[in-house]
Amino acid sequence: MSLTQAEVEHIAQLARLDLTEEEKARYREQLSAILDYAARLRELDTSHITPTASVLAASLPLREDEVRPGLSLQDVLSNAPQAEERQFRVPPVLE
Amino acid sequence: MDSFAALSLFDMLSGLRRGDFSAVELTRACLARVERLEPALHTLITYTPELALEQAGAADRRYAEWRRDDPSAAWNLPPLLGIPVMIKDVLCLKGVRTTCGSKILENFIPPYTATAVQRLLDAGVAVVGKSNTDEYAMGSSTENSAYGPTHNPWDLQRVPGGSSGGSAAAVAARLVPLATGTDTGGSIRQPASYCGVTGLKPTYGRVSRYGLVAYGSSLDAVGGFARSAAEVALMVHTMAGHDPLDSTSAALPVPSYGLEGASLKGVRIGVPAEYFIEGIQPEVEQAVRAAITQMERLGAAVQPVSLPHTAYALPVYYLIAPAEASANLARYDGVRFGLRESGDAMWDVFFHSRGAGFGPEVKRRIMLGTYALSAGYYDAYYGQAQKVRTLIKQDFEQAFDMVDMVACPVAPSTAFKLGEHTDDPLAMYLEDVFTLPANLAGVPGLTFPVGFDARGLPVGMQLMGPHYKEDSLLRAAHAYQHVTDWHMRSPDLSI
Repeated sequence: MSLTQAEVEHIAQLARLDLTEEEKARYREQLSAILDYAARLRELDTSHITPTASVLAASLPLREDEVRPGLSLQDVLSNAPQAEERQFRVPPVLE
Repeated sequence: MDSFAALSLFDMLSGLRRGDFSAVELTRACLARVERLEPALHTLITYTPELALEQAGAADRRYAEWRRDDPSAAWNLPPLLGIPVMIKDVLCLKGVRTTCGSKILENFIPPYTATAVQRLLDAGVAVVGKSNTDEYAMGSSTENSAYGPTHNPWDLQRVPGGSSGGSAAAVAARLVPLATGTDTGGSIRQPASYCGVTGLKPTYGRVSRYGLVAYGSSLDAVGGFARSAAEVALMVHTMAGHDPLDSTSAALPVPSYGLEGASLKGVRIGVPAEYFIEGIQPEVEQAVRAAITQMERLGAAVQPVSLPHTAYALPVYYLIAPAEASANLARYDGVRFGLRESGDAMWDVFFHSRGAGFGPEVKRRIMLGTYALSAGYYDAYYGQAQKVRTLIKQDFEQAFDMVDMVACPVAPSTAFKLGEHTDDPLAMYLEDVFTLPANLAGVPGLTFPVGFDARGLPVGMQLMGPHYKEDSLLRAAHAYQHVTDWHMRSPDLSI
């Protein structure tokens, strides 16, 4: 199979990735080759197979919903590219 | 070779206990060796000599107290007190930059420490630095690090494997006796093989993933490297066990990894034909088959087994891992941490920061995973891959009804040259063909050296066992290492 330029641009849009024209061309070719390779999975009849999302046999544990100390505000904001008072600062989200 | 570099972990521990040398002396020797060899090897992204010396000083004070109070009770000393280690730079260590080999985290200082790392700190280690890795652990050569590649100590023109290449090369070069690694598709086992050291990928869930920067959350495992099975056993045992901070960590007791008197007598070892495929380097096959014969002479019962869906592991992995990665890496948006590129609106910041911050392989996997999860393609790609994952898991369950473990090659070839596969992602992915199935099935895998090829490059062998049977694999490898010396060989680093 071969991805189209429009499909590559659509995927990049979904993934919120700026790509150069050169990157788009390269990924179009490379992803097409990888997806071709992956097409061999269709050789197998899996109509009666349950999918595996996790290999864990046991059910996931639950705990009491208790209030516990978390990271301090200072820790939470310490890696922020821009912070102001008690908040992360970002450019406008709405026009 | 520097006198300290020749010591095993156990020599170091007994020397420290006897007071033959102090932890500060040991750490200084280790730092001197790092400083001499690092320009040629580039095993570290961040070097932390002050931290290591501070921790070594604390270890010496603890030894002094112990000697004064109760020198008979060695058991109440932390198990790795005063031992220099490296931490792969995808595991958070509070206050020390953690980059994941990515430009996007160039200035990220984690406000907390990963549980696996905390357990090592509690055991008394001295952290020499954060070791080099492919960006977000995505790669098989450490060439995808934004901070430059690591070189293989056996041949500086060759890769150390990846993604935990910095840790594997550091242990091979005797810079440190122990280093942590992580393994999502072979990232401990393949570099251990390429660098001629012993590497353990534990069962999924055996070691907490809290504080491990996520790549493929259903596949990621934390483990480590050492020269021998006995040494890596002590390290992984220290890190293993339930952690309430990771809901996928197993709430099971961790048995002793004590290897005294380990024997291969009566151990049933399966040899899967699917791992001895056409195209495998003949010297790799010969060395692995010779090691299996040796284990048979030591009393193992060797028989053929089949893991029939092995050939499908590669396409399954390269749909599931990128799908999980595309979701996990959505958090890098330039808002709360990491690189922020400017933009007029919030959306522009997302696109620009991610476009500028991620390297080519990470973008490739995000694109692939996003596609596999997107409307209209989910069932054909991601859904089908999850179903075939079930078949791969069942292969192992059926094999382990008949044998205690399987033995096979780690990678089709020995270490390749820097730059050899960088233009062809699919060729690079094929390096992982024998290591991916263990992650998909969640089973433990142990790699250790079993010979060399004609170029003098190490060849490794892999043992895989049932869930939570790390101890069986370690005992088998220890029995083999008891009568062989491949794991004792060192590269010539008189550079």
